[in-house]
Amino acid sequence: MLDKTGIAKRIAQELQDGWYVNLGIGIPTLIANYVPEGIEVEFQSENGILGMGPFPYDGEEDADMINAGKQTVTLQPGATLFDSATSFAMIRGQHIQLTVLGAMEVSENGDIANWKIPGKMVKGMGGAMDLVASAENIIVAMMHTNKRGKSKLLKNCTLPLTGVRCVKRIVTNMAVLDVTPEGFKLIERAPGVSVADIQNATEGKLIVEGEVPEMVL
Amino acid sequence: MDKRVKNAAEAIEGITDNMTLMLGGFGLCGIPENCISALVAANIKGLTCISNNAGVDDFGLGLLLQKRQIKKMISSYVGENDEFERQMLSGELEVDLIPQGSLAERCRAAGAGIPAFFTPAGYGTEVAAGKEVRWFNGKPHILEHAFHADFALVKAWKGDKNGNLIYKGTARNFNPAMAMAGKITIAEVEHLVEPGELDPNEIHTPGVFIQRIFEGVNYEKRIEQRTVRER
Repeated sequence: MLDKTGIAKRIAQELQDGWYVNLGIGIPTLIANYVPEGIEVEFQSENGILGMGPFPYDGEEDADMINAGKQTVTLQPGATLFDSATSFAMIRGQHIQLTVLGAMEVSENGDIANWKIPGKMVKGMGGAMDLVASAENIIVAMMHTNKRGKSKLLKNCTLPLTGVRCVKRIVTNMAVLDVTPEGFKLIERAPGVSVADIQNATEGKLIVEGEVPEMVL
Repeated sequence: MDKRVKNAAEAIEGITDNMTLMLGGFGLCGIPENCISALVAANIKGLTCISNNAGVDDFGLGLLLQKRQIKKMISSYVGENDEFERQMLSGELEVDLIPQGSLAERCRAAGAGIPAFFTPAGYGTEVAAGKEVRWFNGKPHILEHAFHADFALVKAWKGDKNGNLIYKGTARNFNPAMAMAGKITIAEVEHLVEPGELDPNEIHTPGVFIQRIFEGVNYEKRIEQRTVRER
C-alpha cells in the first residue's frame, strides 16, 4: 500500500520532457518534488504562474506570490506571470499537456466528482471544471477508498459531477488503473497489494488481464 | 487625462445599495483593500459581488459579509470563510458558484464587447443547467454570458494619473479582466507615479479602462497560507 508521497512518486513517472503540467491541491502538489532526472517540465498554477518553483525559505515569503492553493511560492528562472483570463486560455486552449487532480469519486466511464457534498461541503469548483473539460490528459490522484472504507471507484458517481468522461488514468494507494470503454483496467498493483484486495476495494467494473505487475518506485 | 481621486471614500462615490460590483483578487492576493474598507464604512447594502473568492472571516470580502452587506456572491471557490458558509447554508446569502475560467472569461468578454461565448467547462454538471448546448469539433459546449458590473474595483502595484496599471506577481489574477468590464472602474494602487515613469512596454492595463485612480494606504497584504521550506 502506498502513502500520499508514494502516489506522488508514481505519478511523477508519467511526466514527459517538455510538458506543461497543472497540479491540483493536495497529493498532486507533492509531485513537483519527484520530477525524474534529466527531464524538464514547467508547472502551471492557474492563478497566473508558469514555471512555479518551491516554497520560499522562512523570511522570504511574498504576499504577492502565491499558488492556486493560496500558499506562498517562488518562481523558477525563466518563469512567467499572467492574468486569470490568459491562464484559462492556456488550459481551455489545450496548451497544458497534463492535469493531475484529486477526487472524491470517479466512475468507470471517467466521470469525476470533487467539488461539492450537498448540504455538507460546498467550497466550489475553482478551476477544476475548466481543467477537466479541456485537458487531453487527466490523471486522478486519490486514496482508493474514503475514510469510511467505501470505494471511490464507482459504477456511477453519486456526488455532483465536476466533469463527464474525462479521466484517463487513476493512481491510488493500491493501484494504477486506466479508464477504458469496458471499465477500470488494472495496470499495476501497489507493493504488497493483491489483485483480490483491489477487486474488493473497487465498486465499478474492474478489468484484469493476465499477470498484473507491481509498481516500481 | 487626470483620473485621480483623493482616497477610497471619494473613489466609491456613486456606489449605492443593490448594485453589482466586481472585485479583483485571488484569495487575499491582489484585493482592493482600501475600497473594501470604504464600502464597510459607507454601509452600502444589498450588494452583488463578483469575485473569485469571498475573503476570510475577518479580512477581504469577509468584512462585508460580517456586516450583511452582500446579498449575492458570484465566485468559483469560497472554502476559507466560516461566516460565508453559515450564511450560504442558512439561505441568507445567495451564491452562484461558477468555474474559474468561465468567471475570468465572462469578465473579459464583457469588457471586450462579446456578449456570450461557448465553453466546454461545466458541460454535464449542474453548472450547465438551463444553458444552451452546442457541439463544436465533436465536443459539447455550453453558452455562458458576459458579466456586467456597475463598478469594478481593482488593485495594482503601480499606476499613473491616466489610469495605466502594472500589477505585481500573482496579484494580477482577475484584476485586468475586471478592469475592462466595469461601467466605472476604480483602481487603487500602492504607488501612484508621474506619467512617463511607467514604461509603456510594461503596462498591463491601459488607462482607457480606468475611470478613477488613487494611491491606497496601510496595505496589510495578508498571507492566507504561509508556507515555507527548511533551509
